[in-house]
Amino acid sequence: MASFVGQSVPRVDGPGKVRGTAMYIDDYVVPGALHGGTVRSDVARGTLRGIRKDPKFDWSGVTVLTHEDVPHNTVALIEADQPILAHGQIRHCYEPVALVACEDPVRLQHALAAITLDVEPLPPVLTLDDAFDRRVVIYKDDNVQKRYVIEHELKEPIEKILARCDVVLSGRYRVHHQEQLYIEPQGMVAWWDSNGVHITGSLQCPYYVHKAITYAFGLEGDRVHITQAVTGGGFGGKEEYPSVIAAHAALLAKATQRPVRMIYGRKEDIEATTKRHPARVDVTTGCTKDGELVAVHIKCLMDGGAYVTLTPVVLSRGILHAAGAYRWKHARIEGVAVATNTPPNGAFRGFGAPQTIWAIERHMDRLAAKFGKEPLAWKRERAMAVGSTTVTGQVLRESVGVDECVSRAMAASRYDAKRAAYDRPGEAKGADGRSRVRRGIGASVFLHGAGFTGSGERRLKGKVRIDLETGGRLRIRTASTDIGQGTETVFRQLAADAARVPMDRIAFETPSTSAVPDSGPTVASRTVMVVGSIVARGAKLIGDQVRAFAAEREWPASLPEEFARAADAMLLARGARVSELVTYEPPVVAQWDDETYRGDAYPCYAWGCDIAEVEVDLDTFEVKVLGFWAAQDIGKAIHPVLCAGQVEGGTLQAIGWALYEDVVWKNGKIMNARMTNYVIPTSKDAPPFETILVEHPFSGGPNGAKGVGELPMDGGAPAIAAAIEQALGVTCDDLPLLPERLFEAYSRSMPATERQGAAE
Amino acid sequence: MIRLVVNGRAQQVDAPPLARLLDALRLTLGLTGTKEGCGEGECGACTVLLDGVPVNSCLVAIGQCEGREIVTVEGLAIGEELSELQKCFVDSGGAQCGICTPGMLISADALLRDNEAPTEDEVRDAIAGNLCRCTGYQRIVDAIGDAAVKLATIQKPAPGASGDKSGA
Repeated sequence: MASFVGQSVPRVDGPGKVRGTAMYIDDYVVPGALHGGTVRSDVARGTLRGIRKDPKFDWSGVTVLTHEDVPHNTVALIEADQPILAHGQIRHCYEPVALVACEDPVRLQHALAAITLDVEPLPPVLTLDDAFDRRVVIYKDDNVQKRYVIEHELKEPIEKILARCDVVLSGRYRVHHQEQLYIEPQGMVAWWDSNGVHITGSLQCPYYVHKAITYAFGLEGDRVHITQAVTGGGFGGKEEYPSVIAAHAALLAKATQRPVRMIYGRKEDIEATTKRHPARVDVTTGCTKDGELVAVHIKCLMDGGAYVTLTPVVLSRGILHAAGAYRWKHARIEGVAVATNTPPNGAFRGFGAPQTIWAIERHMDRLAAKFGKEPLAWKRERAMAVGSTTVTGQVLRESVGVDECVSRAMAASRYDAKRAAYDRPGEAKGADGRSRVRRGIGASVFLHGAGFTGSGERRLKGKVRIDLETGGRLRIRTASTDIGQGTETVFRQLAADAARVPMDRIAFETPSTSAVPDSGPTVASRTVMVVGSIVARGAKLIGDQVRAFAAEREWPASLPEEFARAADAMLLARGARVSELVTYEPPVVAQWDDETYRGDAYPCYAWGCDIAEVEVDLDTFEVKVLGFWAAQDIGKAIHPVLCAGQVEGGTLQAIGWALYEDVVWKNGKIMNARMTNYVIPTSKDAPPFETILVEHPFSGGPNGAKGVGELPMDGGAPAIAAAIEQALGVTCDDLPLLPERLFEAYSRSMPATERQGAAE
Repeated sequence: MIRLVVNGRAQQVDAPPLARLLDALRLTLGLTGTKEGCGEGECGACTVLLDGVPVNSCLVAIGQCEGREIVTVEGLAIGEELSELQKCFVDSGGAQCGICTPGMLISADALLRDNEAPTEDEVRDAIAGNLCRCTGYQRIVDAIGDAAVKLATIQKPAPGASGDKSGA
């Protein structure tokens, strides 16, 4: 049997998607369904005194629900602080307060407008700086949602170690909100029957929704049926938020005894759903006079928003990546997440790591400059390798391909020659032959831990079931969803190879909590590395059983039709289900200690080197990305085309975050909650990508594979910033790098006489 | 009653003239392949051909479509057979989550009708009104380029091929 792993087979869900027959949640026609909508606060903080229904409005056939109608009014997640519908306190501008359902979508809009909230405003906390300074206290007694400290080789305070270093450098680096902006807005359809509640929708993690609904309605788990519709992108945005819409739709459906469709419009989606956590990261490093890295002290502050949601986990991943890809002798890394009166920030590809990697990469560029060294070569000399120890004391035993990533990205981009050429400052002509431009090339080096942090996978015990069906077909039952990244296809490849059957003999069950076991959530770059490994194990067990059955009878079972015959005979002979439920067992390595934050933080890391070449227009300060080279060590590319798609798509999200995307806030409200003014890259903004897949296999992953989903989000922004810095000779410490900011930085950097000239 | 041709079939739509073409397609005619991503002509997920020209169907009033011809993503395949462009999207990784894909295919299809050998810049121009958040666009651009090459090979048979046919 030919191997499918490593081949770019046509993606299995491709034909339905190009025909337009794939069914997303908004495409479902549900007879008798009502339209549901949400009444939201429009002040950032206050006391909710009442809800007023306009007496002049015709309320017949309109259902209105408030917190009193929610059996258990909490969105079940890490902390029990977020209500499903607000009661008493308003903590952000888009807080859901009431739900409305009726038959006609236009009338629904009128009904929503006919409800006014009586809110007594209170002074809000709108930025992480204000929250950290405790100007106003809105959460517990210090606004702090979570704290962590990592200490590495500290027998004395880090300040004392730093004070003895020859060269000490400090910097403050800031990153901003980012909207996931999946092209399909969030949506759910819910209905109740004698079996309980059925909710279908756009989501990443069926069992997260299952947990939230089971809790909210006080139901037994087997009366809650959560099913994924074809999902038009997630990127983390459909990790925890779908629980909220699901609860809202289910409440309306229960009250009206009708199916309820709740599909967000774009504006509501941008306003109410989660975003990437803004962060302020202070980095102080100490080196010997020869540039050897001695100590790093990092203070990472993140804005969690109004409720805790997933913030502790995001902060954890952030600080675990904060030291970057480098070897440090001593380290202290402090993480603090604070509450603000803005919508809860949440999961977004990278999950805290892009924030801290931005800071360490900018800082390492600054450090190289201080020593007068070329930054990429300087970073490469200090990057980890097999045998290195991370700041949590984890010894890297295998699969560290960072050096190969650097060398291959450098070669493909002709980095050294371009860097040298662009180092001689001078204007060039842009592609139009008229504009004055400057060019630069810059790089980032980074890592991303795959799978849950620390003992997370051990606690989670992700499961997959593989069934044998007639015709020698194997059915994969998993809660790992395909949200565009290609789970369905890649799992079939892994199962087919493991069972030694053709790929068309592998079926993929629609992820529904009634039909699949809990494989854990579709997050954390864990789908292939963690869940894929048990898909392969289960498929192999089934394949081996069928072959053993055939061998006992001296039947051949190597050809697909022979395997199918043996499988059918086996199913008949057994007269029962032939099935394997497989549970993930993490590789037994050094333990992780949640108290001290010491040990193996992740089973392994994926590594990368990104190189960006840019051209900056000296009149408009627009940045054109001329080329982008991404070399990423992902262990093994199970499907090279899909892997490259992950790398390029993730990188463009990072480029968008760096150059275009900016959530504009005013008094806690979002001023640009539309696709027209929240700008993501178009095909014209996207550079030509050259993706280099580097394969240093990880012994614990299927065929050596590591996580690939999030890694590409980590390196894009710092590489772009480094390139802009070379082009303009300015310092880029804060995102986003909008033209007006670059203009200001460039103006400041020029002598007054030249500034005069530029103004003319 | 508005009469129009959709994917080669005559259709009648009973809707107020200011109803959106997008809703007429999705809700009245059941052609849900055309998607809504923003409702204000920015994302391009609802792109259809109106008399051969790509338009955002969320910005077109059904009243403007009287007697005109619409092609949606459902009209691209030839029966069971995917078009070359559709096949190339599947093979080259041009579709990930798939929500932008119908609009993207329509814009690309319009390009390839007008320009059988587009440059990469021309491809990027043609799909500049179709936002994709998954792919980084490289695989989409590659898929459209691959389709142009394949279509040229099909449409221009090797010399002698037609002679063989006439001889048979």
